[in-house]
Order: sequence, then structure tokens, then C-alpha cells
Amino acid sequence: MILFEYARRNIRLHWLRSFLAVLGIVIGVVAISSMGVLGNSLVLSISESLTSVGDTIVVYPNSGAGPMGGGGGAAAATLRITPRQVDEITRAVGSNIVIPVHTGADRVIVGSENRAATLYGMDPADISEILEIEDGIFLRSTTGAMAGTKLAEEFKLNVGSTVRIGEGGERVRIVGILKERGIGFDINPDYALVVSDRWFESTYGEEGYNQVVVKVRNLEEIDGVKKAIEDALNRRTDVVTVLDTRKVLQTILDAFNNISTFTTAIGGISLIVAGVSILNVMMMSVTERTREIGIIRSIGAKRPEVMRIFLYEALVLGLIGSGIGGILSFGGAYLAVSVMLQSTTYLFVPSSLVFILYGMVFGIGTSLLSGLYPAWRAANLSPIEALRHD
Amino acid sequence: MEKGVKPPGDSGSPLIRLADVTKVYPLPAGDVTAIDHLTLDVGRGDFVAVMGVSGSGKSTLLNLIGCLDVPTSGDLFLNGVNVRDLVDDALTELRRDTIGFVFQQFNLIPLLTAYENVEFPLILKQSRNGGPGPGEIADRCNSVLSAVGLDQSLVTHKPSELSGGQQQRVAIARALVNDPDILLCDEPTGNLDTRTGTTIMELLAQMNRQGKTIIIVTHDPRVAAYAGRKIELVDGRLA
Repeated sequence: MILFEYARRNIRLHWLRSFLAVLGIVIGVVAISSMGVLGNSLVLSISESLTSVGDTIVVYPNSGAGPMGGGGGAAAATLRITPRQVDEITRAVGSNIVIPVHTGADRVIVGSENRAATLYGMDPADISEILEIEDGIFLRSTTGAMAGTKLAEEFKLNVGSTVRIGEGGERVRIVGILKERGIGFDINPDYALVVSDRWFESTYGEEGYNQVVVKVRNLEEIDGVKKAIEDALNRRTDVVTVLDTRKVLQTILDAFNNISTFTTAIGGISLIVAGVSILNVMMMSVTERTREIGIIRSIGAKRPEVMRIFLYEALVLGLIGSGIGGILSFGGAYLAVSVMLQSTTYLFVPSSLVFILYGMVFGIGTSLLSGLYPAWRAANLSPIEALRHD
Repeated sequence: MEKGVKPPGDSGSPLIRLADVTKVYPLPAGDVTAIDHLTLDVGRGDFVAVMGVSGSGKSTLLNLIGCLDVPTSGDLFLNGVNVRDLVDDALTELRRDTIGFVFQQFNLIPLLTAYENVEFPLILKQSRNGGPGPGEIADRCNSVLSAVGLDQSLVTHKPSELSGGQQQRVAIARALVNDPDILLCDEPTGNLDTRTGTTIMELLAQMNRQGKTIIIVTHDPRVAAYAGRKIELVDGRLA
């Protein structure tokens, strides 16, 4: 196609300024793609580390404190969910699983190591409902404990190790090591010990629970279950706070998605700059070739054909820039993700790679858009005046 | 060219007819009347030399006949078609199919080779339905390039690698490639030495003998001597 060839030769003739315009597109494409991939990887890694997949309702005593304050604090130390309230919850939720949890903290001593750790007290029968085991067995009796994987690593605990809980306190045997669970909305056992509710109650003299975890079997019922709990307990005053983890998860993911969109948009600014540079190059091209445009019109080119010649030029710049940008984006995204997230697990998943495609499409689109006005200008020159131009 | 004889006028109306044509250019300092109520017929196969001093309206007349510009008033008929009734695209098509331009500055496209310059108008035609196919394009380009006497070894050269005379031959080949009825030449020998100028004029005269209607704008009486008819413009009117 001679029109395309003509555009290509003009780019080659002015290779330096074409190269600079292409460079702008390359940078823009790499910026958009890398930021997009980074944002997407961020969202993916966050949603993986938030283990609660959204089938959980957590009931806290209404302390006025935030729901994440379950690990301790003055308000949480005084407010508890009573066994009677647990019974009411159990009646309200029907066949769904109700797991009352004691939460506390104490010194944990192994040999010369002495550190504070979180303690969770649960009915041994409930533990397998929300936790998975890495090594050993689930807790069966009132004595013994299970260790979170990070805690086990720090204290070098194995199945069969013994730990002392509290200064001068009782020695308990580790029967099992839990699987890593990540950050949860209900409990965070990775750095904790899980003991039986009886042991917890007798050791700390506790009767009430810090939180009640409800596992909902059918996700569609989650709103109904939440309402049933609120109706049963918060009749006159708000006695408990009922947290639907699906909503919280969604809110957090939405927030990260917004951050991701924002960073990608910042990348987009560089593409706008590149677009202006293409516009500039094309305007120069139109001005320099005014006489040529006159010649082309005089030998029978219509306006759309003149426009096409210049749009091809913008297209070639866009294709080259986006092609190179697309290839370099793999490197850019790899760098961004490995520096920011220390993991490239999510680099090569389709939802990340699609951002490289977006980047390239935006690159080509920006070039064409920037070429549109110069091409229109060229097409609308008067043939006579263009021919007279020196 | 393939036509050995002048085609007879099919309708009795001349190929080019200007009827009381005026062209006014509005300028900040006041309107300039470049063509002033001009009436002129040019028949099929005529060879007309347009003479006159600078500013007499010669180039404006050529631009009007070449459909690069439209009259301010009056009517201009090409092949019986009134160009005032045509929109921009139709004017372009008429220009492409009926008219070939030869300029003083040659006006070749610097980035394209001699062959590609000649090919260009056919490619523009090809991009629409009913245009010539690739084989026909090659045949016609080679035929006009040999008709203007350009050495085959030069067709891959860019204009900057050709002499003035060679460039003008390429420009004439480009003007002829669509087989137009009319060749409009604006000082075609103005940038050439006398000997090359003579060769180019002989080439144009040969095209005229083969049936092309030629209108040539010139200052040079030797060039005008090739024309069968001379007209002189003074202030946009026939002298």
C-alpha cells in the first residue's frame, strides 16, 4: 500500500524526532502496564492473605471499639458475650456452626525464650471447623495446646514440645501445629496458641467469650443469618456488633482496586504527554509538507486520502511505540512487582497480563487520537494555497 | 500514446468553456480581480499558449480550469459539466480523471521514486471501486514512462537523484498516467536549460499530436511558438 509506505518513509526520514515520539509512547505504555500489573498483583495478594472467604459472621460484644479490637484492650477486657447469649445466637442461626472464642494474651515460655503471645480458647470440637492442621493432631482434651505456624517457628516448637503459659504457670504439651492462615477477621492464630475453652476458663477465671464466630453453610443466607442474630440479641440496645466478613472483604478489595486504578491513571498521564509529543511531531510534519499536500491534492487525492496518509504515520508511530512498550512492560512490571510486593506470583496470571494489552491498546489509541487533528488540518488545506507554500 | 487520432468532439460543445468567468480574491487591502469577465472556448486537441505579464491572471486561469479553484461568478464547463455544481470530492475526481498538471517546479513527491510518483494517481483511483488492477497499473506506468523517454534504469531513483529534465519527464508521465483529456502546464520549461526545455516542448507537442488538449502558461515566445493558438491576458481579460 503506497500510502502506508509513504508514511513509513517519512517517519524514517525524520527518524530522530520520530524516535523521540516513539520513546514517549514506550514510556507511557510501560507506565500504564506496570502500574496496572502492580495494582492487580496487590489486590490478588491481599485477597489471598485475607483468608476469610466471606462465609463468616463474627459477633462481638458492643464495646464501641472497632471489630478488629478482639485481641485485647480495656473495653474488650471488660465486655464479654455470656453463655446465655451464645445460646441465643445458636437458636437464631439454626443449623449453622457457632464457635464461641475466648481471646487473651499471656507470656509463653520455652526454655530461655519468654514472649507474649495471643491465646485462643475454643471448644476442642469446634477447632477443626475453622482451622486446618499442618502437623500432629487436633486438640481433644482439656489439656494441651495447638501452636500457630509462625509461633512454632519462632519458638522452634514441634509436636510433643512443652510450653509454659504465664510466669510460673502451667506447662502444656503441643499436640498439633496449625496451618498458616493469614490475616482473618475472626481469629489470627498464626502467632497464637489455641487451647481448650475449659482450660482457658479455669486458668483465667473467664466465663464470657470475646467473640462468637458463625460459619454460614449457604452463602446466600448470610444476610438473613446476620439479621437473625441482631434481632435476637439487639432487641432494646445494641448488645453485640455483628460483622459480615464478606462486606468487609469487599470494602477492602474495593479500596485496593481504587488504589490500583489511581496508580494506573498516573501511568496514563505519561501517555498523555506522549500524545502531545506525537501531536507536535505530526503538526511539524504537516507544516513541512504543506506543498506536498498541495501536490497530492492536485493529482487527485481526496481529503480522506490525505487524512489517511497522516493517520498512517501516527499509527506507525503508535504501533512501534506500543510494540516496544509491550515487550518492555514485562520487565517494568516484573521490577515493580518484585520491588513492591517481593513476589512475582501474580505477574503471569491473565488478569495481570491483560494490563499489558490495555497499555498497548491505549498507546495505539493515543497515537491515533493525537494524529487526528494534524491529519484533519492537512486534509482541509486549500490545494492552491498548499501548492504556493514554500 | 495509444490514441493516434484526435477524437471528434462528441457533442459539438467545446472541451473547455469559460462563460463570463470572474475570479475575485478578497484581500485585507481590498478585493483583487484576477480574472475579469473572461469568456473563452478551448476545443478538443487544441494547443493553447497563455501569455501575459506577472499578475495578469495566467496562473489563476490555469487553476480554475484545473478545478483547483472555483469561479467567483460565471460558468466553467469541462466536458459539458458545470464545475460550479460540483462538491469538493467531485471536483477532485474530475481533476484526477480529466486533467494532468505539469508545474514549473516539477512538484514530484520527494520521498517516492520516479516510478512511485507516476503510480500514485492510479493508486488513488484504485482505492475506489472500478479502479485499475495491479497489472494494469504496472502496464500504464511503464507505457507512459517509456512515452516520455525516461531511461528504465532511472525509475527507481528518487527525484533528488534526477536532473531537472528527467524530473520534468517524470512529472509529465505522472500527468499522463490517468489518460486525461487536458494537460495544464505552468511554465514547464522555466527551470530547465534551453536544450532540455526544447526536448520537453517537443514531448508536449507530440502528446498534442496524439490527441491531448494542452494549455501552457509561459513568458517565453519560443515555448509559445509550439502552440497552435496564443492568447494574451491583461488584467484578467483577453488582450
